[in-house]
Amino acid sequence: MMRRVVNDWPLILVALLLSCYGVAMVYSAGQTDVPTVATHAWMAQIRWVILSIGLAYAVSRASVRFFEWAALPVYIVTCLLLVVLLKFGGGAGDAASSKSWLVIAGHRLGQPAELAKVAVILMLARELGARREAPRSLLELWKPSVVVGIPWLLIMLQPDLGSGMVFIGIFFAMLFWSGVPLPLLILIASPAVSLVLAFNTSLWGAWFLALLALVLWYRPYMWEGVTLMLANVFMGVLAPILWERLAPYQRHRLQVFLDPSIDPRNSGWHVIQSQVAIGSGGWIGKGFLEGTQKRLAFLPEQHTDFIFAVVGEELGLLGVTIALSLFLFLVLRAVRTASNANDSFGSLVAFGLAASWLVHVSVNVGMTLNLMPITGIPLPFFSYGGSFMLACWLSIGVMVRISSEGRGGRVGELAI
Amino acid sequence: MSFHPNEIARRARIASWALVGIFVLLLSAFFKTQVINYTKYSQQSETNRLREVPLPAPRGIIYDRNNQVIAENVPGYAVSILSPSADSLRAALQRLSAIIPISPEQIELSVRRFSHARNRPVAVLADAPFDEVSVLEERRIDFPGLIIQSAPKRYYPDGAAVASFVGYVGEVTEAELTNPKYQGYKTGQSVGKNGLERQYESRLRGREGVRFVEVDAMGRVVREAGAREEVAAEPAAPLYTNIDMPLQRYMAGIFGDSLQGGAIAIDPKTGGVLALYSAPSYDPNRFVGGIPPELWKSLNTDPRRPLFNKVTQGRYPPGSTWKLATAAVALERGLVKLDDRMPVACTGGYQFGNRYFRCWEPKGHGNLTLAEAIEKSCDVYFYQLGLKVGLSSLVAGGLKLGAREKTAIDLPDEARPTFPYDDVTNYYNRKYGKNGWSQAVVLNLSIGQGENAQTVVNMARFYTALATDGNAAKPEIVKDKPERTQILQLAPEQLAGLRAALAGVISNGTAGSARIQGVVLAGKTGTAQNSEDPIHHHAWFVGYAPAGDPKIVVAVMIEFGGHGTRAARIASKIIQSYLHVEPTTLINTDG
Repeated sequence: MMRRVVNDWPLILVALLLSCYGVAMVYSAGQTDVPTVATHAWMAQIRWVILSIGLAYAVSRASVRFFEWAALPVYIVTCLLLVVLLKFGGGAGDAASSKSWLVIAGHRLGQPAELAKVAVILMLARELGARREAPRSLLELWKPSVVVGIPWLLIMLQPDLGSGMVFIGIFFAMLFWSGVPLPLLILIASPAVSLVLAFNTSLWGAWFLALLALVLWYRPYMWEGVTLMLANVFMGVLAPILWERLAPYQRHRLQVFLDPSIDPRNSGWHVIQSQVAIGSGGWIGKGFLEGTQKRLAFLPEQHTDFIFAVVGEELGLLGVTIALSLFLFLVLRAVRTASNANDSFGSLVAFGLAASWLVHVSVNVGMTLNLMPITGIPLPFFSYGGSFMLACWLSIGVMVRISSEGRGGRVGELAI
Repeated sequence: MSFHPNEIARRARIASWALVGIFVLLLSAFFKTQVINYTKYSQQSETNRLREVPLPAPRGIIYDRNNQVIAENVPGYAVSILSPSADSLRAALQRLSAIIPISPEQIELSVRRFSHARNRPVAVLADAPFDEVSVLEERRIDFPGLIIQSAPKRYYPDGAAVASFVGYVGEVTEAELTNPKYQGYKTGQSVGKNGLERQYESRLRGREGVRFVEVDAMGRVVREAGAREEVAAEPAAPLYTNIDMPLQRYMAGIFGDSLQGGAIAIDPKTGGVLALYSAPSYDPNRFVGGIPPELWKSLNTDPRRPLFNKVTQGRYPPGSTWKLATAAVALERGLVKLDDRMPVACTGGYQFGNRYFRCWEPKGHGNLTLAEAIEKSCDVYFYQLGLKVGLSSLVAGGLKLGAREKTAIDLPDEARPTFPYDDVTNYYNRKYGKNGWSQAVVLNLSIGQGENAQTVVNMARFYTALATDGNAAKPEIVKDKPERTQILQLAPEQLAGLRAALAGVISNGTAGSARIQGVVLAGKTGTAQNSEDPIHHHAWFVGYAPAGDPKIVVAVMIEFGGHGTRAARIASKIIQSYLHVEPTTLINTDG
């Protein structure tokens, strides 16, 4: 049955605005006193935007059912690609030792991790959408966990901590959207929280007691509760002991892996200069192209990971507010699309994409202010890079399709 | 998935609020960074990109009384270098040393300076010759932090002739920077090191300007101008002095290379210093832009002490030039009149206790009046006069004349003359022990020997009082309000008598060779025994002219110069030069 396609014009408009804003900032990032690799990046970025919009249009012509059908093959191909990458992948820039790039005959074709994000969202939506009831116990969650776990593991082996974080975000967001009760989500996340709190015994004790209360109130299966509590005990009690037994160089390696900012020659300096750039922007910034931190090369990775610092420096709080408002609109619009979708697969895909954007934006922007660890995660529509721009616009294409197949009239309370 | 519309709406609500919460959180973090902490980050960003290049202010020009230039500024080039770190500075300097002469010590010094002021360029060459500058300009691209700028350079057209009072400038040292007196000075700035340059440093300094250059993260200079509005240097106001340059040049010329000593010429009515010279001198231009170490060493080890100002810092027994002081003290107390004679006539010496004190004239002067004794410089007369006055009165009178006071001439490090003080008995007891001395010290003091060592400038000051109305003028090099202090309480006829006697010295006394045709020169020679050399005495002359209406007081001291007449001849020539009176053939009355 043919439907009349009603495009979600506000969404497209916002995505276009963000892309234009992004290209402008990539252009500015290239305007340095001493030319860098970023000098001509804006021209390539424009080509990528045009190509991406074209492919997004093509994707928006396919039906949601087609996405559902394609989910499994795409997922399998992506996983294979990630395996191949571990063997033949190449690095780039600061992360030259990692293997996140697909390199064929010396040409860097792209980062399959971007594709994997979309593939995991589709596959997870297929898996969760097929259920009549949301998972209510840990055992029921084994399938979604495997769907996310395989590519996640492959990506963490590259290693690419940033993309790994996006996968976790997508996983939890889609479980939430599929109706998994919040207490269960907390229980799943609890061992990780224990690990973080392990270094302060009293904090960890409080967390453990709160968790115990939650288990007694939520009443999962006995073995589940026991397993979770044991996992927390292990993380909280044994992790510090094991940690002490590691050799110093092993510890340092782990620390750098978890928090690269302890390496002050590179990452630590980056964060400081990024904060200086943003802070010196003030209310309205130093003016487009006029950022001195950027222009004089104090700002690192100014056209990729730290492009938002250029926004902060040159356009000030005003430019930051505009950019963040556009992102907020984009994500809220995606949540609205998810609520209005007329089947569970489309709804889950829309919400997963929204979650992916949110994690990208909050982690990348938070990183420029030292609120988040430096993970090399790009900013959607802004950061220079072809495969990521493509992934962003393909997501828009999918979103537009889901929106157009969904129910137009129903509007949530906060939806726009 | 549970897909009931109510469920979906509930979750959408939760998700939307969570989203709004996250974005508000992010925005507030930006607000904190960009608005609340704006000043901090904005300063940090400026510190990141701007380096201050000092623009040295031209020092004040020093003029003589007829607006002839004594010290000025000529265009020069300064080479300095900006660096992000000590290591890269050292590397850059090492590469530079292949092109221009920089010693390894200079490199280490520059690196040490860099640690004091990282945001300022480190001086490499304070005064670069033009050919080195042009080589550097050609290879500028190889040295990204290199700054070549024109810098005013101190120049003294008369060089060594004026060094005695002008001094010289040099770069402020690390030791000086820790001195509170030099608060506000920065490494690499030049500062007056001696003479007027040091005395009037605050007036001559001007206000340094600053130019801002922009550097990138690698420390490369990417913008030479316009990064921020520059603060122009403010030149200092000129300094007008009482110096008479033709006279100063003449004085320097007459000392030549061989004589060793000092001379000063003062206008007795105002205290204005017309000329001041200490021989041998040095070329102050050699200090500009850093003195070569070997020259510095030779100046410091030269036994003739060129860096020691023999006019203001040297202390010499005044010899017979002091007899005027003894006479003035006695006259003031009414103990003697100008035509009084002493009980014992001069037969070439005087027996005091078991010691025989010689007169300089072995043949003896016979029976003299005070006026004649001054003319002939008879020691025997003054031995007796001193005894008549008594030790404590002689010392008290001398102190009143300023025998132990600095003249407060506007030059640094003036020496305080040596003279007995406080309770005289205590003074000598302390010096020689309770029974180690006798009243014989009076005899020595009365003829300007013994515990008396005067600076040349202080003797000139004393004679300004004799030359005028008993008021001594404070010697002033830089034009200022004259300051005169009455030190001689003599009746006008007593003063007139002393002056007549001084004029007699020239017409028929010891300084007979120093007469000037047309004007009467009044003054007193001195041939001072000194502890350093028993054979070669210091030759003194202090006098003034014209005797009737003195316009110039001159004090000349030749170290180990022999008889005072030698100094008198020099003084006479100096006065001739100043008063433009044709010199006469000199009559030598030595011996």
